[in-house]
Amino acid sequence: MTALESANKIKAKFGDLVSEPAEFRGEISVKVSDAEKIFDVCSFAKQQLGFDYLVDISSVDNYGTDPRWTVVYHLRVIDSGIEIRLKNDVSEEKSELPSVLPVWRTANWHEREIYDMMGIRFSGHPDLRRILMWEGYPYFPLRKDFPLAGKPSDLPGVAFTQPAPLEGGPFVTIPSAGDAIGREPRVRTPEE
Amino acid sequence: MQTQSEYGYNSKIEGDVVLTTVDAALAWFRKNSVWPMPMGLACCAIELMAVGASRFDISRFGSEVMRFSPRQADCMIVAGTVTYKMANVLRRIYDQMPEPKWVIAMGACASTGGMYRSYAVLQGVDKIVPVDVYIGGCPPRPEAVLDALIKIQEKIGKQPILQGTVAAKLLHLEEKS
Repeated sequence: MTALESANKIKAKFGDLVSEPAEFRGEISVKVSDAEKIFDVCSFAKQQLGFDYLVDISSVDNYGTDPRWTVVYHLRVIDSGIEIRLKNDVSEEKSELPSVLPVWRTANWHEREIYDMMGIRFSGHPDLRRILMWEGYPYFPLRKDFPLAGKPSDLPGVAFTQPAPLEGGPFVTIPSAGDAIGREPRVRTPEE
Repeated sequence: MQTQSEYGYNSKIEGDVVLTTVDAALAWFRKNSVWPMPMGLACCAIELMAVGASRFDISRFGSEVMRFSPRQADCMIVAGTVTYKMANVLRRIYDQMPEPKWVIAMGACASTGGMYRSYAVLQGVDKIVPVDVYIGGCPPRPEAVLDALIKIQEKIGKQPILQGTVAAKLLHLEEKS
């Protein structure tokens, strides 16, 4: 069974709930329209289609558009190596979708990381704590409206943060010809 | 009694009497057996291992006794990127070290945050602990770490030990006030 056949089976099972499989450079993506149904789709993919490995769960911040979040599930069959991707839009007001931890136990830390970095909650997760930042940190650092330098915070006895001095940075090389000074300017404005 | 210069081993009077002060002798003992606490947090720790291994051999300077318990260490070598999450742990380990104690900030990250100008990284370990010697480099060469150790030893050799203590009064090193 190829990835496209698997995606078509998901489409046949769930009908209008999922989009037509989209192919890009040999990779198949399926969009799930209702965030509440992601558990059912994942459960079907594992039980019936044999996707026994959850490679990763990632999240995208579509800042300025609605719905704001896109949560992406990367599934794989270990034996045959086929992969599909499930995409799932979540609105900022809701910011919550069901945990797939009963399907794949590895989802535990993936979901904790998304909660930590983006602030998207997973209902039914047994241990939804931050995984990289500390409990009590007031921000979600991977959101687009969070500055790279950070924001000040203070939790006495646990941790504090101060904004990092960026001095006109971050310094990103411009892919162009020219000398090193032109390629790597000391200061860049966001418009450049 | 303020010790300005170091009194050390002098080959010209070997086999004979060595004249020195108690304070200088104690400082000499102390500075040549600095026990480091290897606070390895990132890639600098790999270079710190090279300092301890045979090619660079930190035991030439009396500091081969790396102690992983802060209660047995004199000198914390902060080797690597200090994240804010680790900062409190680092401070707690520093607090557990007995006095007197010294700190070496090894590498760009420990000294200033280095290339990590980000929300997650403490911009220099000197914001939470007093640093005696900073080492530049990313990571520093082992020779630079040894140079920092020699600088710490120079500093220790000039610090009075008995001055103002009860022991100094008992030994009549100071005027009784």
